[in-house]
Amino acid sequence: MAQQEDPSAVSSRAIEIVVAATIFVFGAVVIYDSIRLGISWGDEGPKAGYFPFYIGLMLCFSSVVTLVRAARTAGSESFVARGQLKLVMSVLVPTTVYVGVIAFLGIYVASIIYIAFFMWWLGKYKWLTIVPVALGVNVAFFLMFEIWFKVPLPKGPLETMFGLA
Amino acid sequence: MDEINSLMHGFSVALSPFNVLLMFVGVVLGVIIGVLPGLGGANGVAILLPLTFSMSPTSAIIMLSCIYWGALFGGAITSILFNIPGEPWSVATTFDGYPLAQKGRAGAALTTAFTSSFVGALVAVVMITFLSPVVAKFALKFGPAEFFSVYLLTFCAFVGMAKGSAIKTVASMMIGFALAAVGLDTVTGQLRLTFGFTEMLKGFDFLIAVIGLFGIGEILQTLEEGLAFKGKQAKINTKVVIETWKELPRYWATSLRSSVVGCFMGIVPGGATPASFMSYGVAKRFSKDGAKFGQGQVEGIVAPETAAHAAGTAALLPMLTLGVPGSPTAAVLLGGLLIWGLQPGPLLFVEQKDFVWGLIASMYLGNIVGLIVVLTCVPLFAAILRIPFSIIAPVILVICAIGAYTVHSSMFDVWLMLAFGVVGYVFKKLDYPLAPLVLALVLGDRAEDSFRQSMLLSQGDVSIFFSNGLVGGITGFALVLLFWPLVSSMMDKLKARAA
Repeated sequence: MAQQEDPSAVSSRAIEIVVAATIFVFGAVVIYDSIRLGISWGDEGPKAGYFPFYIGLMLCFSSVVTLVRAARTAGSESFVARGQLKLVMSVLVPTTVYVGVIAFLGIYVASIIYIAFFMWWLGKYKWLTIVPVALGVNVAFFLMFEIWFKVPLPKGPLETMFGLA
Repeated sequence: MDEINSLMHGFSVALSPFNVLLMFVGVVLGVIIGVLPGLGGANGVAILLPLTFSMSPTSAIIMLSCIYWGALFGGAITSILFNIPGEPWSVATTFDGYPLAQKGRAGAALTTAFTSSFVGALVAVVMITFLSPVVAKFALKFGPAEFFSVYLLTFCAFVGMAKGSAIKTVASMMIGFALAAVGLDTVTGQLRLTFGFTEMLKGFDFLIAVIGLFGIGEILQTLEEGLAFKGKQAKINTKVVIETWKELPRYWATSLRSSVVGCFMGIVPGGATPASFMSYGVAKRFSKDGAKFGQGQVEGIVAPETAAHAAGTAALLPMLTLGVPGSPTAAVLLGGLLIWGLQPGPLLFVEQKDFVWGLIASMYLGNIVGLIVVLTCVPLFAAILRIPFSIIAPVILVICAIGAYTVHSSMFDVWLMLAFGVVGYVFKKLDYPLAPLVLALVLGDRAEDSFRQSMLLSQGDVSIFFSNGLVGGITGFALVLLFWPLVSSMMDKLKARAA
């Protein structure tokens, strides 16, 4: 894949500017809330916003410097190529769905589906390989967390059915 | 020789069969973590931390520190066999390690790396043994102003020694501080930066940040590079080990220099990565074969590995004695101490002798165990790297999710981890350093407390940070480090003009 032409999806400069701007907004939010809490000297010493106020100031200051620097560079450098972005998204999207599903199915069932899906979709494995790996890994996790170390993890309807929850 | 007595007592604590078993388990887990992409010392320890909640603090720290040693060893395996540094501090090991493996001397390269790591760690542990009680005793006299100046030094050191942009280091650090401020303010009881969201009340746990930033972020980044691992086969047998060991004493001077560089860099926050590069550079300059560095010189492996391991070990000294971690992994261990109900800092040496000396003794034993494990099990660990990415990646992501959940048994944390993962990916690509963010998140509250207490003492007069020689010296040193990038760039310009 490295040899093929992989057009840039977005330039580093653009992302640099977006990130710096986000940090600036974050800094502004911190300053705003600090002022609400009071940034001066109260009856019992410095008020709650005293310290964060300066943190916010430095956040804004540093992001402005980065912003100016990024704006000045000509920068046609690529942040991420299209093919790469597609790969990253092909992991990030299923992972987001997986985290969403945990709340409904419990972590074990969700993980079995997630690992199986991943192996089938990205790895193109046969079901004969997928099923034992996905099941085996999660049985191992179950034994390790629930039985040996006694750390309860979120469980769903399936575990309830078996009386394990 | 109080230290020797205490240490012997420590050995008696650490040498119970259960603890020795934990050492083996820890080292093996650690090497696996070090070898796998997306799992490193910091997030590996963070994920496994909840498993230790039911253990005694001493057993728990022995297992976790052994995971850390294992991860340090593991980084060398991937660097040498696959030319993929498993950890940032093993980047310098690839320079000579991989070429040597290509020449068919992978076994010798690995033996050299492991032995050097062991030597570096040993020197650092000896230093910890004798120096930490002194530092702790000294630190008992610290007031809030002194503590704040130490925190200041930690953070200024990050800015001053940053390899990339100093301003981005500041930004990353301030994000950490701001996130640390979220939640209940312990002094006034007011809510800060929560904006009415109940999930934000307890603030951001740095363990979640570590798992997301380092774990998910790294997986996403590894993905881009395509995932065909093409590794060298490695066999280590007794003959190779003994032959390599015969060769190694020749490089005693390099070892010694690298250990010193490593110990120093480990105590001063900044950590193992710059130590390994610095030591590689120094060795290259001093060595007779300096010109051949990069083509597979044994000495080129000795230098970075010794320094990295010495630094990684030495980073525990300020963590134990001052409660100021020198690296993200030390920060995670510090988080562990707090969870087990121990207060890191000088009092630990007075109130928790069993714990402290048990830990120090376990550093000696853990590294011996580590050396044995890695020398005997290399083919096994290399095999892990040959598991296809489409199997190992989802498993690692599941492990990260479980790890994030177990910290507070909260689903919100899992979402947070995912968000931190995306942030980590973007930040890494834009060269925002992640370690300062994590350290600021860990130390934020305590830095703020010590700052406020100092301000109360002085009635708002900043000159309290220069009120005596000690605190003034630390603060002054911190400021020099902070402005070091400016000073050095100005000096460069002056030199350029003169020339």
